[in-house]
Amino acid sequence: MTDSIFKNPGQTAFAGHRLSAVDYQQNFADIQTPLDIHSAVVEADRCYYCYDAPCQTACPTSIDVPGFIRMIGQKNDLGAASKILTENIMGGTCARACPVETLCEHACVRQGEEGGPVQIGLLQRFATDQVNLSEAKFFTRDTPTGYRVAIIGAGPAGLSCAHRLAVLGHEVFIYEAQQKSGGLNEYGLAAYKMADDYAQREVEAILSIGGINIKNGVKVGEDISFAELQTNYDAVFMGVGLGSSNALRLDGEQAEGIISAVDYIHHLRQAEDLGELPVGQDVVVIGGGMTAIDIAIQIKRLGAANVTMAYRRGKENMSASLEEQEFALNEGVRIVHWAQPVGLQTNKGFITGVEFKATNTPDSDSYTMAADMVFKAIGQSLTPIVTGDIEFAQSHGKIAVDAERRTSHMGIWAGGDCVAGGDDLAVTAVQDGKLAALSIHNTLTQQQI
Amino acid sequence: MIDLKSNFIGIQTPNPFWLASAPPTDKAYNVNRAFEAGWGGVMWKTLGQAGPPIVNVSGPRYGAWHGKDRSLMGLNNIELITDRDLEINLTEIAQIKRDWPDRGVVVSLMVPCEEQAWKDILVRVEDTGADGIELNFGCPHGMSERGMGAAVGQVPEYVEMVTAWCKQYSYLPTIVKLTPNITDIRSSARAAVRGGGDAVSLINTINSVMGVNLQQLRVSPATGQQGAHGGYCGPAVKPIALHMLGEIARDDQCEGIPISGIGGVTDWQDAAEFMALGATNVQVCTAVMTYGFRIVEDMIDGLGRYLAEQRMSSVEQLIGAAVPTLTDWNQLDLNYVVKAQIDQNSCIKCGRCYIACEDTSHQAISSEINGERGFEVKEEECVGCNLCVNVCPVEDCITLRELHDEVDLRTGEKVSGEYRNWTQHPNNPMA
Repeated sequence: MTDSIFKNPGQTAFAGHRLSAVDYQQNFADIQTPLDIHSAVVEADRCYYCYDAPCQTACPTSIDVPGFIRMIGQKNDLGAASKILTENIMGGTCARACPVETLCEHACVRQGEEGGPVQIGLLQRFATDQVNLSEAKFFTRDTPTGYRVAIIGAGPAGLSCAHRLAVLGHEVFIYEAQQKSGGLNEYGLAAYKMADDYAQREVEAILSIGGINIKNGVKVGEDISFAELQTNYDAVFMGVGLGSSNALRLDGEQAEGIISAVDYIHHLRQAEDLGELPVGQDVVVIGGGMTAIDIAIQIKRLGAANVTMAYRRGKENMSASLEEQEFALNEGVRIVHWAQPVGLQTNKGFITGVEFKATNTPDSDSYTMAADMVFKAIGQSLTPIVTGDIEFAQSHGKIAVDAERRTSHMGIWAGGDCVAGGDDLAVTAVQDGKLAALSIHNTLTQQQI
Repeated sequence: MIDLKSNFIGIQTPNPFWLASAPPTDKAYNVNRAFEAGWGGVMWKTLGQAGPPIVNVSGPRYGAWHGKDRSLMGLNNIELITDRDLEINLTEIAQIKRDWPDRGVVVSLMVPCEEQAWKDILVRVEDTGADGIELNFGCPHGMSERGMGAAVGQVPEYVEMVTAWCKQYSYLPTIVKLTPNITDIRSSARAAVRGGGDAVSLINTINSVMGVNLQQLRVSPATGQQGAHGGYCGPAVKPIALHMLGEIARDDQCEGIPISGIGGVTDWQDAAEFMALGATNVQVCTAVMTYGFRIVEDMIDGLGRYLAEQRMSSVEQLIGAAVPTLTDWNQLDLNYVVKAQIDQNSCIKCGRCYIACEDTSHQAISSEINGERGFEVKEEECVGCNLCVNVCPVEDCITLRELHDEVDLRTGEKVSGEYRNWTQHPNNPMA
């Protein structure tokens, strides 16, 4: 993470405070309209309670979707929330941030039948919103085992792992480099998806189980060595995410105004005054994933005049769903497909434009888009870790794990965005943490025998 | 457009849609609005004998069973007969009949089971110019505790006796309204016939307790701390009403008696079903209490179009058209064989048919087709029970296929096509 997303905030082209305080507030308020009790019960009644439900199969955490929806229909919100959280301790965040249109709602038989799936995401949000998660006491801790587990990273994977371990009676110690816990829930998701400080409220609820000790602002590898963790704890789980934004690898990339989307969103999420953020007039976002969509919409909502997303392949190839693309278009974002950045134009150290080549017509001339701000959203990579001498087997540039989320190194588990095979979603990270916790538990308790 | 004019025991109305004796017909104001909306006739809310007015509760009179979207499936009530002064009611009835000569106005009556009491009220009703009387032998709450309403309707001898009094002391056509809170509705219908009744109407409301408030752990709705059973009506009771209607319509001893059908009639399809099962007209209450009088517009339009589509020129042709198809179980053709079949194009793969059949019926549906999620009927297990058809959320996705000249894979026997009922069946020791 760079310390500053913009080295020279005084530059006029980037002046903030474009909008009124009311506009900032509206533009970054909760984007969902939660269901009220009546509409939740009516929506729940649309669920067919399918046999071997496709929505449950589609959910990376295998939430019993028909089960919790039926409970909402019976006004048993506690039961519904309990069912959700038993499989996915971050059911609240996932209800807000999951791309349901490609997961559970995509699988809903009503999607095929009438193009209008049961609104599973909103129902899940309803169930988890109805109860005070910190006070609900859905979980009780098993008898203390005496085992101590270290977790690196308090993101979705780490917290999920920690919670399940705590339930199983283990003592957990999380080392988190950031000042706040929650990982990308706190620093990465679009602000309007996580309104009202939801990430911190959820973290608080998760920690209410007890037995989870978080050390914020502690970087493993700098403040404490990986070897110490191995020595002091019975097992280690790594949920370190992906720390580095991929580079464009073009000349001029260091120019003022070229920013990592992830870094910018990190600042945006923590900004006390959104008006203080630098905002360009002609913004080009390079990339076709969720991060690209999120930064494009958020910079537009911060007052950028022209926002263009440029992606090197077609609409169907974008990893952002068609619904997300539609959302961006409705926000006034322009999406240009088949556009490969081939050069950066700068003037006196400032970005002024991006040169593109059309990938679908290779022989055509390149063309230029004017830009005073360029976001890189072309993926992230594993930051060289922190693990000292230990080398982990990797796959596709990420840590390789088995079905139980064991790394190649005995006693070390990993999950979330840093491991291979996932889809960089919070819901997948939660599942990784859950599976790793069960594996750690089994390993530790079987040793005892 | 087909003329829907209706003749019910000599009472001519522009259509067969009547309002049942109930709160909507308690006063001239409501009845005027109903007739303006187009209703063919009204059964005026039940009058009692002269004297101190009836006292109703001032708490809830109604309770409902709702669908998830608050659609009203069933309604129950504990309202008594009219609590307005007899003289006011009679004056209003007379005025209404003068103002609406082409509509039917029948007065519902409930007085103590004494000859003089009936004699007294009949004279008063005749003076109004009303078209007829309906004897309320059905009301199951409140008045029945005082020996009236259902208390009379549950004793065939009383039904016959009071009906006979009415025929003896009045020239007015007499409709006997029957209670469903009885073992065999035919016994009271036959009593009405024996007493000389001109018609029967059914069903009145069904004894019911709507529910228990689980926070307060008391019956609901409650009048303060207690509740009492009420009479149940609305869409939920329609199948019960149709059964009782059909039993009377096909009963030899009731042959020819006109029937006014009541019980959950909400739209023209309901009305047409009641008429096809033998009702000359229908009476509506819950539907107007839910939506207001205006619904008669779509009932008139819908029934008219239906008759035209059926190439019928009058409602008379519909009345009783389906009665011959209602029979006893022992007459059903045991050689009739069907198998469920699932249309794979419209199947949405919810699996409800599978789990219903697997858990609760005949294990006759598989959940995989060529290793993929998919649902298919195993004809060698299927008994044609129709459960899968009923639980399938997609209309016409699962249908029943009739077997003709082929082997039933379940029994291994060829379907003969020859009619054979239980009375002819070799397994029947009595055959």
